[in-house]
Amino acid sequence: MILVWIIAIPLLGGLAAWAAGVRSASAPRWIALATTAVPLLVALSLWGTDADGPWIATFEAAWIPSAGIEFYLAIDGLGLLFVILTYFLGVLSVVVSWNSVTDRPGFFYLNLLWILGGTAGVFTALDLFLFFFCWELMVLPMYFIIGIWGHENRNYAAIKFFLFTQASGLLLLIAILGLHFAHAAETGIHTFRYDDLLGTTLSPGLGMGLMLGFFVAFAVKLPAFPFHTWLADAHTEAPTAGSVILAGLLLKTGGYGLIRFVIPLFPEASADFAPFAMTLGVIGILYGAKLAFAQSDLKRLIAYTSISHMGFVLVGVFAWNTWALQGVVVQMIAHGLSTGALFILAGGIQDRLHTRDMNLMGGFWPRAPRMAALALFFAMASLGLPGLGNFVGEFLVLLGSFQVSITATVFAALGIVGATVYSLWIIQRVFHGEPGETAGSLVDLSPRELTILGVLAIGLLGLGLYPRPVLQTAEPSVSVLQAGTHWASHNSDLRDGTYVEHTDSLPVQSTAESPVLPSRAGPLSPHGRLTPPTAAPAADSPLQANNDAATPDPHFPQ
Amino acid sequence: MFDLLWLIPALPFAGFLFLVFAGNLPRAAIAATGCASVGLSTIIALLIGYRFLMSPPPGNAYTQTLWTWIETETFAPSIAFHLDALSLVMILVITGVGFLIHVYSAEYMESDEGYQRFFAYLNLFVGFMLVLVLADNFVLLLLGWEGVGLCSYLLIGFWYRDPENGKAARKAFVVTRIGDTALLIGLFLLFAELGTLHIQDVLDRAGEQWAPGSGLAVAASLLLLGGAIGKSAQLPLQTWLPDAMAGPTPVSALIHAATMVTAGVYLIARTHILYELAPVVMAVVAVIGAATLLVAGFSALVQSDIKRVLAYSTISQLGYMFLALGVGAWSAAMFHFMTHALFKALLFLAAGALILSLHHEQNMFRMGGLRKKLPVVFWTFLIGAISLAALPLIGSGFYSKEKVLWDVWISPHGGAGLWAAGVAGAVVTALYTFRMVFLTFFGKTKTEVSHRPGKRVVTVLIILAVLSTFGGGVELPHTFGHVTFFSEFLGTAIATEVTLPPGLDAELWTLLVIASGLVLLGLLTAWFFHIKRPELPELIVESLSGSLLQRFWMSGWGFDRLYGTLIVKPFTAAARINRRDAVDFIYTLAAAIVRALHVLLSETQTGRLRWYALVLGAGTVALLLIAFSS
Repeated sequence: MILVWIIAIPLLGGLAAWAAGVRSASAPRWIALATTAVPLLVALSLWGTDADGPWIATFEAAWIPSAGIEFYLAIDGLGLLFVILTYFLGVLSVVVSWNSVTDRPGFFYLNLLWILGGTAGVFTALDLFLFFFCWELMVLPMYFIIGIWGHENRNYAAIKFFLFTQASGLLLLIAILGLHFAHAAETGIHTFRYDDLLGTTLSPGLGMGLMLGFFVAFAVKLPAFPFHTWLADAHTEAPTAGSVILAGLLLKTGGYGLIRFVIPLFPEASADFAPFAMTLGVIGILYGAKLAFAQSDLKRLIAYTSISHMGFVLVGVFAWNTWALQGVVVQMIAHGLSTGALFILAGGIQDRLHTRDMNLMGGFWPRAPRMAALALFFAMASLGLPGLGNFVGEFLVLLGSFQVSITATVFAALGIVGATVYSLWIIQRVFHGEPGETAGSLVDLSPRELTILGVLAIGLLGLGLYPRPVLQTAEPSVSVLQAGTHWASHNSDLRDGTYVEHTDSLPVQSTAESPVLPSRAGPLSPHGRLTPPTAAPAADSPLQANNDAATPDPHFPQ
Repeated sequence: MFDLLWLIPALPFAGFLFLVFAGNLPRAAIAATGCASVGLSTIIALLIGYRFLMSPPPGNAYTQTLWTWIETETFAPSIAFHLDALSLVMILVITGVGFLIHVYSAEYMESDEGYQRFFAYLNLFVGFMLVLVLADNFVLLLLGWEGVGLCSYLLIGFWYRDPENGKAARKAFVVTRIGDTALLIGLFLLFAELGTLHIQDVLDRAGEQWAPGSGLAVAASLLLLGGAIGKSAQLPLQTWLPDAMAGPTPVSALIHAATMVTAGVYLIARTHILYELAPVVMAVVAVIGAATLLVAGFSALVQSDIKRVLAYSTISQLGYMFLALGVGAWSAAMFHFMTHALFKALLFLAAGALILSLHHEQNMFRMGGLRKKLPVVFWTFLIGAISLAALPLIGSGFYSKEKVLWDVWISPHGGAGLWAAGVAGAVVTALYTFRMVFLTFFGKTKTEVSHRPGKRVVTVLIILAVLSTFGGGVELPHTFGHVTFFSEFLGTAIATEVTLPPGLDAELWTLLVIASGLVLLGLLTAWFFHIKRPELPELIVESLSGSLLQRFWMSGWGFDRLYGTLIVKPFTAAARINRRDAVDFIYTLAAAIVRALHVLLSETQTGRLRWYALVLGAGTVALLLIAFSS
């Protein structure tokens, strides 16, 4: 039942805020604050709870029994981390909008809260139909937020966002139905339950088609190259809270979907597709960084950095080993915090100066030292400075992807140089240099802004220096996802030239007892199969490993 | 005692945090915080060092684990510090020189509006640098490594109002990060092959599992080398260091001479086992070192900005360290690191005092005759110069450079060619060093002294002068004195590869005399050109070949232009051309087609009955034709 509340509170709160907005201008924001803070506390109370089996909490109720549709919610460590992130950023978005939204605040908070409710639903729904319902629930309110409270070019951006997500949503729906009927044809049972649909036998062609349906929907949200072009417009034109939620949460639903659905539901098709997906990820990293560098609109620049950072997520997911997946989780959380903070800073500057054009900025440091110092901090997070969260994410992703594809890893690592270039460029254009004409009217951060950004900074520092709580929370989910996907029992891992028989579904354990070589936790084998994690025998594995590096990478187009 | 180890990096970090969060502090409090935090670290480092010498910990190493940092499956690096002879030498130099430079800065930066910011950055730097050398695993090392890079960026661009400084700062960060990418990939390779990133475990396992000369050892050590040459400004990633002189002079002394730029030397010394497994890469290191020391030496010869001379000289001296590393002379490299940290810090600080006394004048051609006016600065600068030029017997630089050259000669990886490059470099060093001395302190007075260094600056200069004169005493050559304290101590952490075969005394004496004689010749040449016949250099520069060469060397052998044409311009051009994201064109095209169709179709809705009847009729006829023709 607790899961229902996590979703229902903001939905009900949204209606209440709307109703209250008719009478009072300030009531909606207080309602919004309460109805985001409460689910945050509820979700935090679940953190650390020991899971009975794979799920920490579940809720099941009949919904449309005739069609096999259930109201089935479940949360594991992975979902929990993202739900916490949802409401954490939710609270911050409400506080960010506190004074800046004056036009129809009731309706604004209705939309904001419904996005949050829909997002929380995405992270907990395990009936695919319900999942799709929540997926769509996020989109329309975001359309309104961009279209009504956005900047100059808001209509274009809002419609573009809507069309991209609707078109890809349609593919998702078709793929869900396809999977549903394929499963029904195989077993005679009509169901949308995730647990039951796992392991559905699919012909290679059908599997690939359905997988692509899911993949494209999530890749648009992520966004992955070449489906990224809606993002820059939407992020740029959205009001600050909208940008924070877009970058911090909506993009994460894409990454979450890839981890939760694409690979577990379609392991074989995903393995075939992995080299392409990783290539798209790498292109996204480099292309996004290059586009970011070219921008003079501050928000647009930050928007493009998201494409670059989310490229790491795509690479990591399709590397599909424990390090990469853990890295993906950390990367998504860290990106939510750091990019959210950068958007809040950009929004703060726009509120003060009514421009986002960096050509009109410069020399802000002496006028606004606090803003400058925090901007520097988040720029460093963005360029992956060790000690901050993004570094842990990117390092783990690359550590994991190196085991799968050296070529992809090398190119992805170059993205870090790109991140250095654009991050330092922001600092130079906005804060360094001789104070320009706009610097005079700049006011340093207010206590409210300082608190928000301070909290985000502490979060990134914590994630960078002590990521264990997050890693440990995600660990069981990652193990289950990797191991529980009923891989065929005799896949061969020919990467190292030896034919290794793998035992079925070995759960990933922290293998302290095999100190010499990391267990190759289920890399995608070149044969289009996912191999289960194995604790490699200590004695001979280094030699096998030697061959790995010497042989050309089987996974990545040379 | 050893359990206080964590305090050594923690104190400067605490100083940084205090300076950031305490709000606006009075200047005295700022300086006190900055100096005291590093000073306390120095005291603890000295105490720990004393204890380490008197009663070494078991295995000559002590490890302190604070907490497990990242924990995923088998990859679980900790925040943990590893103290052995190598890291002890490093932390003593970092805290000691760091402390002296803090004291110096307290006076040097006194009138600057960013006093608090300056000390905050400087403390942060010392903290990260200590983490770098104390890290017991590569991930933590990377934290220190990138952290010092950040501080270097912040301090080069400290005077941020001038966009040129910002440019220099960004250049330093980006160029070193290119090297760091190689380092990062090297770490992934090490982890994939050896299953750990704990430094000692990596070295142990590499030694057990990799055959000498194996491809993996070559790949891993080459990738780490990429990081090292970026940080230590070696060819071909040396271009950022001369521009880094845009920062305040104490920063140049601390970061860009004494400590951070030696991180690459430290990294190679730390992972020397990997390099021993890859003789090819050792040779590459030696050749890079030899080439760099010559290239940078010649560039130093023609600079007019005193700080740029010192910057090129730093690159050149780092080249000696790389040369020593490349022939496996680990202790010689570290010995030269130590003496260089002392005398180069001294030279930079003395130059800083000079620059401040002359109203921020850095052009040597507008200095001159300052010997009488600034006697302390002159004498201390001269002492530093003697060490840098390695004038025989006096000054620590002679002992460390001679050790490098001898080891190059006798090492199986070395040889006469590399030795000759080193000696040639030494001649050039003597030339540019004394050119600098003669131009600034001798001859006619060109700029009046407007300010005299105060007590703190003078004290620091004198202490460093003493240290850089006698610091060489920890290791004296076999042929006279024969003190091997330093190399023996370092040997507890790094097994020395180059050992002196017996019966070479005569040969070594010959080498010593040749090298020393050539160095003195260099000094004499400088004297001849700048004191005896000061009009000669101008004549040379005015000749065609002279001016071409002068411009070529002045610009650092054209590397900046090369990279500008090959990398920077294409990148910015590509960015500019595709600002609006070409991919979006596909989608806007789709939208445009739909819209065009919409316009086309709505044109058919004219509202006129005759038009509809015509279309209806035409359609019917067309259908009938199709029906009948088939």
